Amino acid sequence: MNLQNIISEIEKTDPEVYDRLDTRRSAMKKFANVSGKVALASIPFALGSMFKTAYGQSTSTVNDVLNFALTLEYLEAEFYNNIVGSAGYLTASAPAQMALTKIRDDENKHVAFLKSVLGTAAIAKPTFDFTAGSGTGTGPFAGYLANYAVQLAMAQTFEDTGVRAYKGQATALQSNRTVLTAALEIHSVEARHAAHIRQMRRALNAAIPSGQVVKPWITLNESGIDFTPANSAIQKSYNGEDVTSQAGANVVGIGGNAYIDAAAASAAFDEPLTTQEVLDIVTPFFG
Amino acid sequence: MLDTKKNEGQQRLIHETAVKPFSRRKFLGIIGAGSAIMATASACKKDDNNNNNGGVDLGSGDTGILNYAYALEQLEAAFYTQVIMTPYSGISALETEYLTDIRNHEVAHREFFKAAIGASAIVALEVDFSSIDFTSRDSVLGTAKAFEDLGVTAYNGAGQLISATTNGAVYLTLAGKIVSVEARHAALIADLISNGTFANTVDGNGLDGARTPSEVLAIAGTYIKTKINASNLPS
Repeated sequence: MNLQNIISEIEKTDPEVYDRLDTRRSAMKKFANVSGKVALASIPFALGSMFKTAYGQSTSTVNDVLNFALTLEYLEAEFYNNIVGSAGYLTASAPAQMALTKIRDDENKHVAFLKSVLGTAAIAKPTFDFTAGSGTGTGPFAGYLANYAVQLAMAQTFEDTGVRAYKGQATALQSNRTVLTAALEIHSVEARHAAHIRQMRRALNAAIPSGQVVKPWITLNESGIDFTPANSAIQKSYNGEDVTSQAGANVVGIGGNAYIDAAAASAAFDEPLTTQEVLDIVTPFFG
Repeated sequence: MLDTKKNEGQQRLIHETAVKPFSRRKFLGIIGAGSAIMATASACKKDDNNNNNGGVDLGSGDTGILNYAYALEQLEAAFYTQVIMTPYSGISALETEYLTDIRNHEVAHREFFKAAIGASAIVALEVDFSSIDFTSRDSVLGTAKAFEDLGVTAYNGAGQLISATTNGAVYLTLAGKIVSVEARHAALIADLISNGTFANTVDGNGLDGARTPSEVLAIAGTYIKTKINASNLPS
């Protein structure tokens, strides 16, 4: 995004924008001349908080959402940090290992980015239990480090959940355009990850329920995962994905196109999860 | 519902079959109120783009953003419709399956926007695919990647242009539901071109990128014959 444009746009509708920002005026000028040397991550948000202060908007909601996102990113990042190099991972092909390493790196970037945005408001990394045993270490995913198919099933579930979780938070960020845009830019990366993990699972052809085909997108409310100890827990991440009507319009056969069946109509739209739904899904992973 | 009859061939491409009427009262109720609010709100806003070219006017406020999305979905749907009608040589069964799915999703998106925007919807756009070799896998997948990546950055950039109103929240959520599917497409197409490149668009902060409407339309313009006027969009 072009931040200079944002300022100049605001200046058009609010000629006093620089005066409102008042004591930050010199900082704004500095910003205008900023070069690649400054940590680019922190600039938009420093700017965002200037605007919020200037216009008297509360930062609490935005920070709450960002900390919620950070929590999910901590979860994903630590998961991939754990599995890359694990016994299960070492059984995977070289391209699969490279993909998991790439995703691990992206998730760690998301953590670093959100921490830089939140500054001192950032919450600390929680303790995780990736067996989903709420700290017992004996949950349904016990042994995941040695089981590559289970690792991919978990990765798919985390990524699809992440996509749905960010989507559910977007409207709470509308008061801060810069933060909203950044959140959307993370959201689509999670979707890219999900699409690739799903292809990896299809290629591996393990832990897939009979009668289901794993595609890069979500078909109906199918998880595409059959891992008996955790099936009901995993299903929570896919409940509600089988919606085929959007804003009052039935998408099945829309426009007279009979080939848009329920599967296509549901896959064409990813559905959001509420904060509570996300918490229900991830709580067992906290130690 | 077929708004222009200029070019029957393109009409067939864009609208494979006649549009079947269905109930959309609920959504139209929402969007009608939204348009009224945004028409007032955007009256004092003016885009600094030089897009006031006398072409098809996307409109202002949230309606303008929805029409902007509708324009992009028209482009994508027309492209994949052609891809499925005339598959490139050497297409695999898996590629056919995936590209058919994507065609279905994009047509669903296009028809959804057309229904949702209702009377304020722009006309069917005329596309120009003369630069694409539909017999060539490289040409088709390269174009598909360009379209999908463009779509992702377009939606990412448009989110902040949607009004912070009750109706705007509905539209933002709808845009969110679609953009992640576009990102899934983008990742798959990138992987078909070169496996493992699903997230090569991601920057040093782990972000995917966002484009303004004028940036997007400048790129998409190569493939759209109809002139588009985006000068009344929110900024």
